[in-house]
Amino acid sequence: MTTVFAQSEPVIPDFGRGSSCVRDADALFCWSWVKENWADTLQPALLQHIALTLIAISIGSVIAFTLALLAHRRGWLATPIVVVTGFLYTIPSLALFQLLVPFTGLTRTTAEIALVSYTLLILFRNVLAGLSGVPAEVRDAARGMGMTDRQLLWKVELPLALPAIFAGLRIATVTVISLATIAVFVVDEGLGDPIYTALQQTFSTELLAAGGLCVALALVADALLVLVQRAVSPWSRTVRR
Amino acid sequence: MNSENTAQSEGPTGYPGATSGAAPLEFRNVGKRYPGADRAAIEDLSFAVPAGEICVLVGPSGCGKTTAMRLVNRMIDLTSGEILLDGKSVTARKPAELRREIGYVIQQIGLFPHQTIAQNVATVPKLLGWDKGRTEKRVAELLELVGLPAEMGARYPSQLSGGQRQRVGVARALAADPPLMLMDEPFGAIDPINRERLQDEFLRLQSEIRKTIVFVTHDIDEAIKMGDRIAILREGGKLAQYATPDELLASPADEFVAKFVGADRGLKRLTLSHLGDIQLADGAVARVGEPAAQARQRAERHGADELVVLDGAELPIGRLPIERLNGQPVAAEDADPLAATAGRATSLRDALSLVVADRNRPLVVVEDDGRLAGLVSLELISDALRPPE
Repeated sequence: MTTVFAQSEPVIPDFGRGSSCVRDADALFCWSWVKENWADTLQPALLQHIALTLIAISIGSVIAFTLALLAHRRGWLATPIVVVTGFLYTIPSLALFQLLVPFTGLTRTTAEIALVSYTLLILFRNVLAGLSGVPAEVRDAARGMGMTDRQLLWKVELPLALPAIFAGLRIATVTVISLATIAVFVVDEGLGDPIYTALQQTFSTELLAAGGLCVALALVADALLVLVQRAVSPWSRTVRR
Repeated sequence: MNSENTAQSEGPTGYPGATSGAAPLEFRNVGKRYPGADRAAIEDLSFAVPAGEICVLVGPSGCGKTTAMRLVNRMIDLTSGEILLDGKSVTARKPAELRREIGYVIQQIGLFPHQTIAQNVATVPKLLGWDKGRTEKRVAELLELVGLPAEMGARYPSQLSGGQRQRVGVARALAADPPLMLMDEPFGAIDPINRERLQDEFLRLQSEIRKTIVFVTHDIDEAIKMGDRIAILREGGKLAQYATPDELLASPADEFVAKFVGADRGLKRLTLSHLGDIQLADGAVARVGEPAAQARQRAERHGADELVVLDGAELPIGRLPIERLNGQPVAAEDADPLAATAGRATSLRDALSLVVADRNRPLVVVEDDGRLAGLVSLELISDALRPPE
């Protein structure tokens, strides 16, 4: 039925595989369009978006963790690391793309470098705060009972830093999910792609669907992280007398 | 090395109080000077703690008592002299290994908030690589030893009261049955009533486990109560006196020590001795129904002006001034009932209080079964205070 419209009225721009409500200019949101375009537009974009986020958070965590452990061991390193990661954090993302493209081209790598650099400050600060938030008497008791520095770190400091580390992971993840939409400026991946397409049209459904997915993804990721944090630090929820 | 082996092979397999024994500790001309400091934190400190005794390090703040204690398990490294644990220098050992053989209790306890009580107590056994069964058994023994119910093992530290946490701290320090324990103001953060209970409990525990203990406090009363020996330090980590509590109170080495132990040191000494430690006076006794003349004769022989009246079961029931003997046989109704009696475990300080409260009349001391043990007078108590010749 809809194909009939598209064929008989060629002046109407082609908004994908023309759902029944595409021509209806008053409709804010068209469910049938979402259903018809899920498999070949929205779902791939969502999966790419998740991939972009996971890669950025994983690489960011490894780097931030390493830096935080270094700064934890040698206190004087903390300030320079905060300055450098803070500087990265303040560079506007579009400007950063502009800077990177000559070197890494219009690739996923360019997008990831930008995304990773925005996670570093948040993750580094939280891991370090978690590690140095371990009460002095707990550390003293651990050493006094014969833990080596390594045992102190793995058995006491890191487990106790988990709530702070997860707080950082949550902020970083939500930030990256939202930022990853602008990856579209360098690579046709993620939910930024349909959003970008929609911005050049008057048809609002695609924008709302992709934007909504992005928000939903952030909420789900945040909730999942809360659940994982509760599972790995059951002690943090015990009632204090 | 040797004591580590003993700790693993014997101790934790037996009953809760089972012990691999204790090791003697000796400070030999120990000094600690921080780089750049114009004055030593510890200076030429020498003293020896026999195995199984509690040595209390006491002194005003800044005297280096905690520093001295931390030199033992190398939480701080000494800069001169040596510390011998069981005859071997602690500086010859790797710090982590050494510390696993030395119990460690600090004022803030420092339980691991992310671990259950059982996991906390199992810390050192795990570091030593004990198997699971042996560790679990030891944890159960220790919770019982410090008087905590077994189900508490599954709780987290934040769910416990201060006193319970303190007990967990002691249990954790005892886990691998160390021959030496270091305790830094372990009861300092506990309210006075619970502190006294924990002190008594700990002394009872120590009478079973007989560890060598270095106990740091700033409270001279706690030092006198807990210590077999007391090392009083003065500022700059110098030893002012090292003596048993009784010697310290009876003959302070100098002005500083005398001031630190306090002007009431005579009364403090009285808390150290019990009626069982002194020779009681045999009281002149009279039995109910005895002829008056016989009773009077006995009083005169003792040079006493009153008699302790015993009932048919030989239990003291009252006191009879001799002027009330009127020719009639001794009768219970004539005697003044006893205001209070004391036992052999009563401290001299409490006895003194009872004597003074009863207008300085000698106090009747009874055995555990209620029979007369003797009398204690004001003179006997003050004799006990006289410094040893």
